[in-house]
Amino acid sequence: MKQSKKANVGHIGCALSVADIIAALYGSVLRIKNPEDEKRDRFILSKGHAALALYAALFLRRWLDEEEINSYCSDDTSLGVHPVHTLRGVDFSSGSLGHGLSFGAGCALAAKMKKQSYRTFVLISDAELNEGSVWEAVMFASHHKLSNLIVVVDLNGQQATGYTKEVLDLNPLNEKFKAFGWDTHIVNGHDVELIADTADNLDLKNGRPHVIIAKTVFGKGVSFMENKIKWHYWPMSDAEYKSALREIRQA
Amino acid sequence: MRKAFIQELTKLAAEDKRIMLLTADLGFTVVESFAERHPDRFINAGVAEQNMVGVATGLAASGFIPFLYATVAFAALRAYEFIRNGPVLHKLPVRIIGIGEGFDYGYAGVTHFGLEDIGVMRIQEGMAVVVPADIAQAVNALKKTWDMPGPVYYRIGKTDGEDIGNLKGRFKSGSIECIDKGSDCLFVCMGGIAAEALAAAQKLKARGIGSRVVIVSGFNPSPARELAAVLKKFPFVITVEEHFTTGGLGSFVAEIIAENKIPCRLIRRGISDFSNERLGDKLFMNKKYKLTADDFVKTALQAIKTMRNGL
Repeated sequence: MKQSKKANVGHIGCALSVADIIAALYGSVLRIKNPEDEKRDRFILSKGHAALALYAALFLRRWLDEEEINSYCSDDTSLGVHPVHTLRGVDFSSGSLGHGLSFGAGCALAAKMKKQSYRTFVLISDAELNEGSVWEAVMFASHHKLSNLIVVVDLNGQQATGYTKEVLDLNPLNEKFKAFGWDTHIVNGHDVELIADTADNLDLKNGRPHVIIAKTVFGKGVSFMENKIKWHYWPMSDAEYKSALREIRQA
Repeated sequence: MRKAFIQELTKLAAEDKRIMLLTADLGFTVVESFAERHPDRFINAGVAEQNMVGVATGLAASGFIPFLYATVAFAALRAYEFIRNGPVLHKLPVRIIGIGEGFDYGYAGVTHFGLEDIGVMRIQEGMAVVVPADIAQAVNALKKTWDMPGPVYYRIGKTDGEDIGNLKGRFKSGSIECIDKGSDCLFVCMGGIAAEALAAAQKLKARGIGSRVVIVSGFNPSPARELAAVLKKFPFVITVEEHFTTGGLGSFVAEIIAENKIPCRLIRRGISDFSNERLGDKLFMNKKYKLTADDFVKTALQAIKTMRNGL
């Protein structure tokens, strides 16, 4: 919140929608002793525009220092709106939607070929499913039985300029993934424990890749932002910032 | 050229277990040698070039050296942004093999022609571009570049093409190869069409005109410095490529001439005013676009005449 306000850039609604998913993954699920470990779990934030939530997690894991996180979207920063792989703990530079899942499928295939036990998590947005390349990767993962690949879909029902059901309807999403041969799970994307439990109890040997469809609220935790399209891009006014902080602190 | 290239790759893969071959469901009668010898490292990724590049980027980030096989236009253009944001941005050893120079695919038509791949690849800093002129150079270039740390784009002829005798397979990244040492006329060429420029040089020799034929077989690292030194010695240069005259070798030479203030007139021969209405085999198409030895002879004679008249 503070970084978004200071930098006066948008995408705060997107970051809030995935904050609980990222909290679950970085809080307990991901096995990453250090980001250089070859056998670490991989995490790809394919919806790169939610990077602020990832930066917060990297900061809490102490891979980003305070000075760096305070430079978010200011000149000469390494923390832009979208994350880059040159940052410690970032596996892939994202921002171009529809790219992360293919990359993740490659990481998962490599683990299988090398008989390594790491898992690859890819967090994608619901609107990102508009991209045909996602479905190329969905087919590929299923064909190659990548059950070490876990996709989390941030199903907040919104995209940059409208609601997903009005822009390009994704329904029925669960059935789509099932038809492609995936193991599907639907969870409340703000229930951190449930997300973690689901992710930790997947059958990594059943031959099917996994998708956790996380139903989320865009702008979660700030009443005036929740489910409002304008908060995809809009920065906060002073009054809005104060009010948002108050709500989040009280929660 | 493509069969020899894949055969060499098959041999290299026996020595280095990191090498993989992925195809976008192409390469019938070409990729089988690899697939049979290294089935665990061969993947037909289906007709899905973007995903193939994305998967290869993940594989490369995890220690593999994936080679990707597809027709030029699909390999270079369909997945271009995945290449830019993948192996180029992340500096990973993904190798893209674009099959088909210029009109190699003949009757297959415009969707299969390789017309602008060098233009789009050479502008990506960090993407080594390799354009062999014949089989021997293709094999040698592969031997010298397969384990580079960053990405490589190979433009490989669909047909075997002619051997460039005096080239003897020489290849050096960031370097040029000079064939014939004449001093009246300069040809700078790229790819298999170099054979036609050499034939033109022979025909000019019979008329008492000495030609120097320079072969550019790669970009990034740039051969600009060596090329500039040659360009300074000639009043005009004819660039020869199976590619649009914009973006590829002709444009590259124009940049060198302009940046170094070289008093050398540039005549670009390649594909321009392209129309896809009438098709034919490679030879028919190359004749149509004036990419034969006889056309290059005419171009050279005209240039010499113009120079003599002080125009």
